[in-house]
Amino acid sequence: MSETTSRIIKIATKKRYKNKYHWTDYFSYFYLFLGVLLMFGPVVWLGLSSLKTLAGIQEYPPTILPLSQIQVDVEGYDKPLPIFNVTQEDGSVKQLAQIKRIGINAKMVDPLNPGETVKVPIDKREKIREFKIQWQNYVDPLRKYDFLLYFKNSTFITVVATIITLIINSMAAYALSIYEFRGKNFALVFVIGTLLIPLTIILVPVFYVVANFGMINSLWGVILPGAATPTGVFLLRQYMLTLPRELIEAARMDHASEWAIYWRVVLPLSIPAIAVLAIFSIMWRWNDFLWPLIVLSKSEVYTLQIGLNAFHGELTSQWNYVLSMTMVTLLPIAIIFAYLQKFITTGIASTGMK
Amino acid sequence: MENIRNQIKNFFLRILNIPFAFLMHAIDLIMWPIQKIIGVRNMPYIFLLPNLIFFGLFVIIPLGANFFFSLSSGDELLFAERELPTTKQYDQLFDCESYLNPNTCTEDFFWRGVYNTIFFVVFQVGLMIFFSVLTAVILNKKIIGRGFFRSVFFFPVLLSPVVVGLIWQWILLKNGAFNAIIESYGGDKVSFLTDPSWAMASVIFVSIWAHMGFYTLIVLAGLQAIPPNLYEAAEMDGTSRERIFFRITLPLLMPNLLVVFILASIKGVQTFDEIYVLTGGGPGTSTSLIVQYIFTTGFASSGSVQNFGLAAAASMVLGVVLLFLTLMQLYFSRNKESKHQEI
Repeated sequence: MSETTSRIIKIATKKRYKNKYHWTDYFSYFYLFLGVLLMFGPVVWLGLSSLKTLAGIQEYPPTILPLSQIQVDVEGYDKPLPIFNVTQEDGSVKQLAQIKRIGINAKMVDPLNPGETVKVPIDKREKIREFKIQWQNYVDPLRKYDFLLYFKNSTFITVVATIITLIINSMAAYALSIYEFRGKNFALVFVIGTLLIPLTIILVPVFYVVANFGMINSLWGVILPGAATPTGVFLLRQYMLTLPRELIEAARMDHASEWAIYWRVVLPLSIPAIAVLAIFSIMWRWNDFLWPLIVLSKSEVYTLQIGLNAFHGELTSQWNYVLSMTMVTLLPIAIIFAYLQKFITTGIASTGMK
Repeated sequence: MENIRNQIKNFFLRILNIPFAFLMHAIDLIMWPIQKIIGVRNMPYIFLLPNLIFFGLFVIIPLGANFFFSLSSGDELLFAERELPTTKQYDQLFDCESYLNPNTCTEDFFWRGVYNTIFFVVFQVGLMIFFSVLTAVILNKKIIGRGFFRSVFFFPVLLSPVVVGLIWQWILLKNGAFNAIIESYGGDKVSFLTDPSWAMASVIFVSIWAHMGFYTLIVLAGLQAIPPNLYEAAEMDGTSRERIFFRITLPLLMPNLLVVFILASIKGVQTFDEIYVLTGGGPGTSTSLIVQYIFTTGFASSGSVQNFGLAAAASMVLGVVLLFLTLMQLYFSRNKESKHQEI
């Protein structure tokens, strides 16, 4: 072992208690190993399985990699038949195609000689596999079903709702941080008050309001009710309170209008807080489920989440499509996380919201 | 190279800026005359207005309407066509021979929901706090690849309830990956989601899996706020690690854990979507919680069974519980000066 690697290992494994491994150290690594398997395993497993054929997904016990059984067309049979390596009585191995399984025996046929069938005990045969990636799982649902439309709806809701949220929340935060005015405390209490009322306890009447505006089965019915977020107002206000007042006074001296001060001075300076809110808003909107489920009942306005759930409900056996579309649904968020994970985690730790 | 990349980035940012600046200038054309008329002093009201209109329309009016819905009866959604006033909904909701036995209630589905929710919240919150503290303490140690492990534990928080529900429904299938692992170690297959005695446990497990990362993060922030000189002093005294944990870490973490406890309870009581995707509240009613009841009574059942009033009354009951929990949170977070509890 070279000098540097040994030094790196020494530094990496350095303990607070020198030369002594405490039982908690072993436990920690064991726990972390188990944690990675349990937390990350399902998603990796989902990704790998979404590339399998339907038969490969339904196989039990399952294989980890997308290996599928080779199938051949045999004369006289409608469907392609799976091939097995069969150990003959004399010990030699022969490739046979299976017609069907009957109890502990399988009815098999030689693909080269399709005329005669043989009975083989099932423990004498072994599947022949090949590595095959089933891209159709991703292509078919986008072509045959409406997933492209769902994707568009979800994107529209996410983008428009985030823009509206950012603009009106930052306006309110600007008013509540820069100005002193009569009723400011009342407005603050009002905003805190809305924090106490989650959507789940006002489902029925919000539905009533949205219905009165004629926004049932419209994407706007999903976008508007959640556009003003108390958390967003507070996050931005807290940040804007730290901005130097001299800048605003200077702008006012230069006869800038209040609106111009807002968008030319305060907004650019608040970019870090706005970015945190933007990421949260994108996450909330993309993952939103309960409210769209109530407002959207026609398939042409479904979001990806609702569409995926409905698709799964209708075609429970089509796991290959369900898995691939689940991947498509989680991918945008996963990509954002991969790029901005530090940003997101510090944002959550410092605001306590998600 | 870096320079060119920055130039390209700035170029795109500038292009993105054009519609934004255009919109802002357009709004200024309206705002400028308004400012001239009402004066600078009254401008904050204009800035507050859009947000307050949204709050009013979608929070305050609905809250008032919820009282109205819960105190009126009829199948219609329109106010004018509902009967007023009546406590029929609440009578029906609380009509029980014995509150301990849901079967004796008129709305047995609601009471099953209540008991399921209590059971769910107690175990989910309890186990979640245990595992978040354990994970946070381990992630706070000087371990190799700390950043990687942190993101691994946090990752599921970002997944949508539908994704979480579908992934686990598939893994917990009778012929799924979990059963394959159990069988390979010589166990028997378990119907995780269709056996009533297993379904609740599975749902709690999945819910902890999905949300643990969030609470771990909060506990981790609390751990990092503990002054390191306390540990140094204890180490110098040769205190054992177990004792350090129980005498220093845990007591100093308590205020944080209280916040985690209340936050997790508030979220737990409102759990709906993962369970809806995972089991649909079944088998039978074994995993249906209160929100599931509100959703089913108010929206999901068809025609005459749909009962907005009853759903609104159940929301009011849920609202009282949440109000109590939130007031507790505000009370405790006021006692502790920490940034993340202000919101």
